[in-house]
Amino acid sequence: MAAVQDGPMELDTEKETKPEILSDGTSKLSGNTASGTLSSSPLTAGGAPKQEDQQTLIAVLQFLRRNKLSESVEILRREAGLEDQEDSQTLDGSGGGKGDRDGGEANSLLSRVSITSAAAPQSTLTPITVKRANEQLDVSVVLSAYSQQGDPSLYQVYYSGLKNFIESVLDCHRAELSQLFYPLFVHMYLELVYNNHENEAKAFFEKFGGDQECYYQDDLRVLCGLTKKEHLKGNEVLLDFRTSRFVLRISRDSYQLLKRHLQERHNNQIWNIIQEHLYIDIFDGMPRSKSQIDSMSGSFAGEARREVNKVKVFHGLLKEPEIEVPLDDEEDEAENEEGKPKKKKTKKDSMGSKSKKQDPNAPQQNRIPLPELKDSDKLDKIMYMKESTKRIRLGPENLPSICFYSFLNAYQGLTAVDFTDDSSLLAGGFADSTVRIWSVTPKKLRKVKSAGELNLIDKESDDVLERIMDEKTASESKILCGHSGPVYSVSFSPDRNYLLSSSEDGTVRLWSLQTFTCLVGYKGHNYPVWDTHFSPFGYYFVSGGHDRVARLWATDHYQPLRIFAGHLADVTCTRFHPNSNYVATGSTDRTIRLWDVLNGNCVRIFTGHKGPVHSLAFSPNGKFLASGSTDGRVLLWDIGHGLMIGELKGHTDTIYALKFSRDGEILASGSMDNTVRLWDSTKAFDDVETDDFTAATGHIHLPDNSQELLLGTYHSKSTPVTHLHFTRRNLLLAAGGYSSQ
Amino acid sequence: MTEREERRFAEVPRESIKLMAESTGVELSEEVAALLAEDVCYRLREATQNSSQFMRHAKRRKLSVEDFNRALRWSNTETVCGYGAQDALPFRPLKEGELFFVEDREINLVELALATNIPKGCAETMVRGRAGTGSIMPTAVQSLSEDLLKYYQQITRAILGEDPHLMKVALLDLQSNSKIAALLPYFVYVISGVKSVSHDLDQLNRLLHMVKSLVQNPYLYLGSYVRSLVSSVMYCILEPLAASINPLNDHWTLRDYAALLLSHIFWTHGDLVSGLYHQILLSLQKVLSDPVRPLCSHYGAVVGLHALGWKAVERVLYPHLPAYWANLQAVLDDYSVSNAQVKADGHKVYGAILVAVERLLKMKALSLTLAAGGGSAGLPGTTTGAVGFRENSPGLSPPPEPLSEPPLGIASHLQAGGAGCQWEEWTPVSLPAMYCELYSFFGDSLAVRFSTDPPLGGAPSSRSCQPLEGRKEPASGAPNLENTRKMPQLTASMNISPRQDGSPRMEPQPPSLAATVPGRSLARSSSSSSSVSRSRSSSSRPGRSTSQSRDIFPKARFPLPQAGPPAFSFIIGGRQMGRRCQGRRFQTSFTPTPPLNTLPPRAYAHKLPVIGRVSKPVRRWTCSHYSLHLPL
Repeated sequence: MAAVQDGPMELDTEKETKPEILSDGTSKLSGNTASGTLSSSPLTAGGAPKQEDQQTLIAVLQFLRRNKLSESVEILRREAGLEDQEDSQTLDGSGGGKGDRDGGEANSLLSRVSITSAAAPQSTLTPITVKRANEQLDVSVVLSAYSQQGDPSLYQVYYSGLKNFIESVLDCHRAELSQLFYPLFVHMYLELVYNNHENEAKAFFEKFGGDQECYYQDDLRVLCGLTKKEHLKGNEVLLDFRTSRFVLRISRDSYQLLKRHLQERHNNQIWNIIQEHLYIDIFDGMPRSKSQIDSMSGSFAGEARREVNKVKVFHGLLKEPEIEVPLDDEEDEAENEEGKPKKKKTKKDSMGSKSKKQDPNAPQQNRIPLPELKDSDKLDKIMYMKESTKRIRLGPENLPSICFYSFLNAYQGLTAVDFTDDSSLLAGGFADSTVRIWSVTPKKLRKVKSAGELNLIDKESDDVLERIMDEKTASESKILCGHSGPVYSVSFSPDRNYLLSSSEDGTVRLWSLQTFTCLVGYKGHNYPVWDTHFSPFGYYFVSGGHDRVARLWATDHYQPLRIFAGHLADVTCTRFHPNSNYVATGSTDRTIRLWDVLNGNCVRIFTGHKGPVHSLAFSPNGKFLASGSTDGRVLLWDIGHGLMIGELKGHTDTIYALKFSRDGEILASGSMDNTVRLWDSTKAFDDVETDDFTAATGHIHLPDNSQELLLGTYHSKSTPVTHLHFTRRNLLLAAGGYSSQ
Repeated sequence: MTEREERRFAEVPRESIKLMAESTGVELSEEVAALLAEDVCYRLREATQNSSQFMRHAKRRKLSVEDFNRALRWSNTETVCGYGAQDALPFRPLKEGELFFVEDREINLVELALATNIPKGCAETMVRGRAGTGSIMPTAVQSLSEDLLKYYQQITRAILGEDPHLMKVALLDLQSNSKIAALLPYFVYVISGVKSVSHDLDQLNRLLHMVKSLVQNPYLYLGSYVRSLVSSVMYCILEPLAASINPLNDHWTLRDYAALLLSHIFWTHGDLVSGLYHQILLSLQKVLSDPVRPLCSHYGAVVGLHALGWKAVERVLYPHLPAYWANLQAVLDDYSVSNAQVKADGHKVYGAILVAVERLLKMKALSLTLAAGGGSAGLPGTTTGAVGFRENSPGLSPPPEPLSEPPLGIASHLQAGGAGCQWEEWTPVSLPAMYCELYSFFGDSLAVRFSTDPPLGGAPSSRSCQPLEGRKEPASGAPNLENTRKMPQLTASMNISPRQDGSPRMEPQPPSLAATVPGRSLARSSSSSSSVSRSRSSSSRPGRSTSQSRDIFPKARFPLPQAGPPAFSFIIGGRQMGRRCQGRRFQTSFTPTPPLNTLPPRAYAHKLPVIGRVSKPVRRWTCSHYSLHLPL
């Protein structure tokens, strides 16, 4: 043990405090703004000890002072008085921190309990805004961990010693211990680079770079271009690697084996790295097989710790509050075939008998405050009901018809598409920073009349809603100009009154579909905003961008209500859970995280993708999540258990669109490879559930049944599929820009 | 300090760095240049890596200059201007030195500004929805790929171009290429252009060849396009092409070829064109009966009918011949100089008709031979035309192919397709009668050729003395034979001889009504089956008529034979009920050619079928068929 401890402790502590402080600061700010809308939410007890908070505060103040932000200093001081009571909105850090401690305790061998617990929040919390503004400070701190060094010439010996050892152990352990190769390799290489042993680093890379798993190739490519200490400073990818502790899951037996080996050999160098930069999540039981490991690995920071995914997630659906109609209960819908007026009554009756409240997984109705339904919303709900009675029941024998909307002459580069829920409008975001809206139905798009003209209208008349529209402006499509960079995503509000667009210019804009003007520009990301998505109940929306955080906004607040920080790279896609209580984000760090809207905690981390995640879709019942990435695979996740339950292989290029049919029987995926594929999601979910569920360990053995699940492949002609949408009757709409090349 | 050996990416050499430094007036040491070079490379790579995310989020596969600039901008670096063009920039080597540069032409802004040809704005961005169900979607969404488009252009250019060799290659490919299904509509469209090149025999020919290639391509499913193809071919057959004005143009060959093609289409794509058969017969007939049309059109009609098989000739050309003959004769008899050209054309038509009717006679005889030959009684004589083979089928659609020709697929389809559309008045004529009539037109020119056919010559004499038995046996046998050789429907239409036994196997086919004419001393009468062969869909018909024949035959059988000179008596049964009472009866003994005067006074003009009256004839038949078998 003593040998393990000889790292420079002061440096460690120093490095750990500051980044954490900074990030906590941001979360505090966000917490304050959030209290306006989410005041009803119970505040969770933060995990961070008080002492740390103090340190945090001091550090932030120092930082602000150094940057001559005296006003901010003042504000923060004022806030500091309240701060102890308002220990709210801790981000992922609190959860992570706790989990860490548990892990540490479980793992008495890694005796640095206090240090790990302190280091963990730092590892997961590095909002880039802060880091960038403050690169000098941050980087030197982070990298200083490498200042300890052994003999550079011995690195190869160390590594190959370990390699020989791992290759000689029993098969069942070898797969598990092989997980060590990649993180060790990277850390040793970086250590060499950091200490200016350029030649040794190159030789080291040359010798062992080829051994690494193929799905790390992208990272290795970045790595091999990096040979100077100076380069380390600006490289975010590697910063991530340093700042986060690579998580490995290893069975206790394998771990003992490794430990014994390293102690026998007195291989301190490697042991140090394991201690400092890796987090070994030890479990009791059978060692995992190679395929099990491969299916879960691939992300920047290794697998998710098991503890992270233990939090209870209320994935059930909300009861429809106003009209007493359960939204997604088809049986009820099928029951009443009468017309509109009777519908409500029968609904209410049926509601009395079988109450959906019994869904144990549903969150409290008022867990997060939701906007009240307007009359128009109720009408729309009724329309929805009517439509869904005519819905086609899909299945393997009954595939949906597909209608493909091609964007022609899209020289501006189509980057994003969205349909309204009732499939009446279509919006496209373009690289020339415009947003265009088309009416898909014969009904034309009209603006509301100007204020002066509106004054002349008889407000008492029955058709006032019709009268306010300006017939002269009727057209099939409208252009919305306002962004100053490519528009990367668009999202309609459920009531079709608003449209959100996010852009490279760092803003999210809210557009009115009544006047076709921009209402608000939400600034906060400061870097390109890759994705934005409206809550299924409207009012809230989430955005994620290059600054590695996702933000939760309310349309009437110009500042975010929550900041979801924790991803190690860009947040590429964001989706609301159907019950609006959770937000899923996919990232370039190849993980998917699920965040609790209520308290901002990260409640799930899903690893397994081998490339940036570019599309997400929740199943309509809220139980499952599908994700697609650049590696052309779709992964299916069980949210409740926090498990990967399926892998759909077939696409040959990035999957940009995923959508479940209205009843959840079919999953449609659309890709850059110009195909739409349909998958039997019912079977995919059932196949797993019938297995003996290894929920306890989370080591699921995935059946390789993509081919059986694939129900159809439909090619478009040089038109990448950008968006997919199921109409209320289960017709599949696909959209993409025709590219002539 | 380091040599770049094992690098996997492009590098800026330190020489370049030094050069650039010098150009700004800075002298760099070797070491500094090396360090700088390495750093520059690293920064470039970093920027490229960063730029790729902009590409990914713009959902593109191609990294653009714009992406790179964005990456630079976000890392607070000056962007690179002037490379925003969509097209690739030409990268040119300089021969003298090892120098590569991007071509950068000077643009005359003044000229550009004052230019009068203002470029049109690019088309407006629009959304088009295309729906497809399930598996249809792929094709529904497709437009032509670049490659196919190119192929199409090349092929059409080659076929319509001047180079005969190229054309051959193109046609060959068109005939065998398996991947051109998507282009079919385009080719069909091109072919439909025949109407616009009627002055150019050459082009017409090429287009017809194109049709042939398409028809022969085993990978193509022509589907409904076959109609368009057929109409193009028909155009070439029938139209008084502009090219025909010049007598030097050999449009006759074109018509022959088109007719050949038409028959080819019918033989190979019978399933697709079934519905067309009647239409085509009709239009051919219309042309033929229209004296205003030029002779070349008539010629086309004749060769077209000929191409469609002897049954078509029998049903359309033959009945129409007497009427037409008068016109033709007039032309041929006019020896005036001004008429020379027309007369020449007339001879063409004459020749064509001759060829057609000869084949008709031959085939008909052959069919009878075959029918009779198969008979158990083996009565050789019965075979001869005497059998009075009638094809009397209103609904029985198109005459099937000649017996001799093997592929028999068509009739069935035709039958099926043409079920509803019956020909109105059409009475089959017995072979001898036909021969007589034809002989009356063509005289020896016909006889000469015909006489080469042995069965006919010998037939009459060998006629047995038990004609009725003989008749009967073959009757039942023949269909069998035919059955084995042809598709059942076909037999139905052949309907040889009375089928008194109403053999069950024949079920689908229209029963034949056998009428016997137990004549006087003259022995047997051949009664021909006037079969009502309306489509089997026509309800009660078959049953009734069969029973009828059963009833009747016995009667017919017994009044039997007296030996005598073989002779036939025919009754025109069936459909001509109107005239039935007049006993359209032919009595002819075969050995001596029947004297011309025995020819019945036929009202040729009225014999033309009138299309479209589907049910009427049947009804009439129903009430009248008893009388059909009146003994003469």
